[in-house]
Amino acid sequence: MSDTHPIEGHRAEGRDKVTGAAWYAFEHPVPDAVYAYPLQAPIASGRIGAVDTAEALAMPGVITVLWGGVAIPFGTENFELALFERSEVTYRGQLVGAVIADTLENARAAAAAVRVDYAPDEHDVVLRADHPDLFRPEKINPALPTDTGYGDVAAGLAGATVRVAATYTTPVQHNNPMEPHAAIASWDSAANHGGSVLTVYDSTQGPTADRDTIAAVLGLDPDQVRVVSPHVGGGFGSKGTTRPHVILAAIAARAVDRPVKVAMTRQQMFALAGHRTPTIQRMELGASADGRLTALAHDVLEHTATRTEFAEQTAACTRVMYGARAMRTTHRLVRLNVPAPSWMRAPGETPGMYALESAMDELAVALGMDPVELRVVNDPSAEPESGLPFSSRNLVACLREGAERFGWAGRDPRPGVRRRGRWLAGTGVAASTYPARRRPSTATASAVDGGYEVRVAAADIGTGARTALGDIAASVLGVDAARVRVVLGDSALPDAPLAGGSMGTASWGSAVADACAALLKDGEHGSADTADDVAKDEGWARHSFGAQFAEVLVDPLTGEVRVPRLLGVFAAGHIINPVLARSQFIGGMTMGLSMALFEETAVDATAGGFVRADLAQYHVASCADVPSVEACWIEEVDPHLWPGGGKGIGEIGITGTAAAIGNAVYHATGHRVRDLPITPAKLLATA
Amino acid sequence: MKQFTFARAGSPADATRQFRNGAAYLGGGTNLVDLMRLGVTAPDHVIDVTGAVSDEITAHDGGLTIGAGVRNSDLSSHPLVRERYPMLARAVLNGASGQIRNAATVGGNLLQRTRCPYFQDVSMPCNKRSPGSGCQATAPGADTANMAVLGHTPFCVATHPSDLAVALTALNARVRVVSQAGVSQARGMAPDGGRWVDMPGLHRLPGGAPDHDTVLRPGELITEVELPPPAGGRQTYRKVRERASFAFALVSIAALLDVGPDGRVRDCRIALGGVAHAPWRALAAERVVLGVPPAAEVFAGAAEAELRYAHPLAGNAYKVTLARNLITTVLEELIP
Repeated sequence: MSDTHPIEGHRAEGRDKVTGAAWYAFEHPVPDAVYAYPLQAPIASGRIGAVDTAEALAMPGVITVLWGGVAIPFGTENFELALFERSEVTYRGQLVGAVIADTLENARAAAAAVRVDYAPDEHDVVLRADHPDLFRPEKINPALPTDTGYGDVAAGLAGATVRVAATYTTPVQHNNPMEPHAAIASWDSAANHGGSVLTVYDSTQGPTADRDTIAAVLGLDPDQVRVVSPHVGGGFGSKGTTRPHVILAAIAARAVDRPVKVAMTRQQMFALAGHRTPTIQRMELGASADGRLTALAHDVLEHTATRTEFAEQTAACTRVMYGARAMRTTHRLVRLNVPAPSWMRAPGETPGMYALESAMDELAVALGMDPVELRVVNDPSAEPESGLPFSSRNLVACLREGAERFGWAGRDPRPGVRRRGRWLAGTGVAASTYPARRRPSTATASAVDGGYEVRVAAADIGTGARTALGDIAASVLGVDAARVRVVLGDSALPDAPLAGGSMGTASWGSAVADACAALLKDGEHGSADTADDVAKDEGWARHSFGAQFAEVLVDPLTGEVRVPRLLGVFAAGHIINPVLARSQFIGGMTMGLSMALFEETAVDATAGGFVRADLAQYHVASCADVPSVEACWIEEVDPHLWPGGGKGIGEIGITGTAAAIGNAVYHATGHRVRDLPITPAKLLATA
Repeated sequence: MKQFTFARAGSPADATRQFRNGAAYLGGGTNLVDLMRLGVTAPDHVIDVTGAVSDEITAHDGGLTIGAGVRNSDLSSHPLVRERYPMLARAVLNGASGQIRNAATVGGNLLQRTRCPYFQDVSMPCNKRSPGSGCQATAPGADTANMAVLGHTPFCVATHPSDLAVALTALNARVRVVSQAGVSQARGMAPDGGRWVDMPGLHRLPGGAPDHDTVLRPGELITEVELPPPAGGRQTYRKVRERASFAFALVSIAALLDVGPDGRVRDCRIALGGVAHAPWRALAAERVVLGVPPAAEVFAGAAEAELRYAHPLAGNAYKVTLARNLITTVLEELIP
């Protein structure tokens, strides 16, 4: 494909979004819809006893109450989606029922009047390093080996000139997309054959997968379900899996024989929309005097739910980053009374690179070596663990370019010696990485009304996928992007994989490019299925890399941390649309900054649940926190990628950011906070 | 949401006449509406008082009268406030966000409820929301990072969230409240049947009845805030929070220092936010500073005198350090 295509910088749906013409899931005008409001368990473990719905049923506008005693059986073992099927409660906030009423307000008021008896059991919600029930999962997300290694780590450490052993911890974090999870479900009357039986307006990162999951849970055929999701207000992984609100909407709509709307409140999202596991990460590094790693070990402890297992691949990044002589990565889980953890932007790499890149900085300090140079001398020629050649790897170029742009040269490595008024100033660096993969997708392209229409069941979760796919199609077709209309966000379109794993553009783009090429041959229509091509993707280690540089100011008397400057340089293959790409990079970096300094869902050991469950308490960066976040990139020409040549950019921006900021806080203050977020409370405790 | 009736009041008398048990006064709605959505409060009659009380700021007798309906953004940008009471302008500008300040009123700001996570979650016990149900924040393993370190009791460890109230507490402001005629015929009456409540004094410590945030009686309506003539010396407001904007204080301080021609402190005011159930006037610290030449050791002694009786919880000992550092560093910055 051509490198020169028109870059307007305008999102295809931008005007619709700013004028309110873009409908999000809850906003679709479905006539006669009523509302379901969930009932949630106030205990973390136990059983549901008697349920008294009499008072609720007598309240204004109430149509019915759903709960275990009257709900329908499911065709699924998925505990979180088989709503009300079991009387067992395994986490605080679990759905135990719902009230359906004519208005949201009436449903919500009546929900408070349903009396549910509970028989609580002991619960356990706190991850700790000495937990007796830690176990080794069979695999880690997505299907990686749990433990890996090569060489003799103990000997490598014993023979090292310099050693670092440190434990880093990260808290529970929540995705918190701006648009809450919401759905409208509508069943067609039995007489209407030929169409879908169930239509769902959902906020999802993948209409195809959402359709398949909904169908499986409800015991339907996939072609009996249609998921419509043209606009999605962010997901960050939390909308990559089907969430219980959709199932609730579907069974409620069936129960009352009318369309039903369900929208999670922000507070409900903390229990029902996934979260990132807390981590306890033990790092052990050994190096010879020249900085070369003689041993690198990354041992991870995480939580999962009692009924659903999810093992975040936190140490997987260590298998990719540096050429240590010996290496070990392990993952252990403990099942707690928590909702199931799940994907949150760059699962694995985000917490893992925090620990690895913080430990690398500690090693640089211990060696008396510049942290940029330490990373350069350990840059491997092939993927350390697999031995596979890199399709392209430009970490060193990113570090060099970033150092130049940031003004790294001549940095005084001494910590705690730079004053700027009441502030201590420091700088830090860390590397970023994320895998470049794609999944099979289908798409069609047609000549329509003097222009072109591309159809693919992709999701635009705010990334600009619609625009980027239009750019790709226009490039293949050799026309202006304005002449291409991209139709996505509907499971009735050609099947496509999730917007997730930074794979969307490569997966959908491959199919769109092929379909457009087929259209050029046919003249009117082209279709594509990339399954065979994608199956041939083995044989190369494909990863994006990057380098992030942070400048921080710390007030030693108050513990306040500010980040006046954050710079990221990325090598992520060919950048399809620079305007959209910059937004993805700086968005990821901003989220990484939030992770470093703010984001934390407190866990209440006694109540057995998450606390601070709203955006006034779960803080993400405000505009005042990000005065200068800049991203640039090194254009890579990588022949071993998909034809569009991009590696995926949705997630790499968040990886490494927290380490760069933590390293800068150490440089500013001389204090190493190894427990995120780096708050005034923790910095004052070190003083 | 419980059904409720809604009415606009055209005057204080109209507002108080409409009040009955279960009613609530509505200002900018930036807190009450949230609490109604959460089920924390469920009034059956909501009285919009923004048209009942003044939204003007007027100079009088060297001081300032601020209508209870003045929006926070108008208060912080008023030339007389900025010139004569800079700590007040700074405090208000440090609160919330621009959008919220545009809506929030002075009266509503003073009467906002705590943002304690347990108070706001109706599935948790909370003596403030539901008297007698207990205090989840005092249970082992609770999230206490943002709780009180001074003046709390086993019944409640929540903090008052207002920045405005902290500055008004340092400025010796007073608020005028009115109620239905005849109800508050008591000592301290204003000429029209209302009464004055001094700050500090408006907000309560929790004691055994944390459901009462203030000394106001049911139905009493704040109509205005009166500031005495500006004090001499220098003053400021400093708010510490982990996020640079749009966050409640971990600890905040309103401070004033006036040094006389003899080199001795003749006026000192210190009020702390984020440390207690009420804006905390640090009178013990002020007493140490008054009458002596200002110096770092004096301020350290003052902070010690005030914080000697602090009782941090499991997760908030940092607030004592932070309060101590703020008292000493801000007072040093105020030395002329």
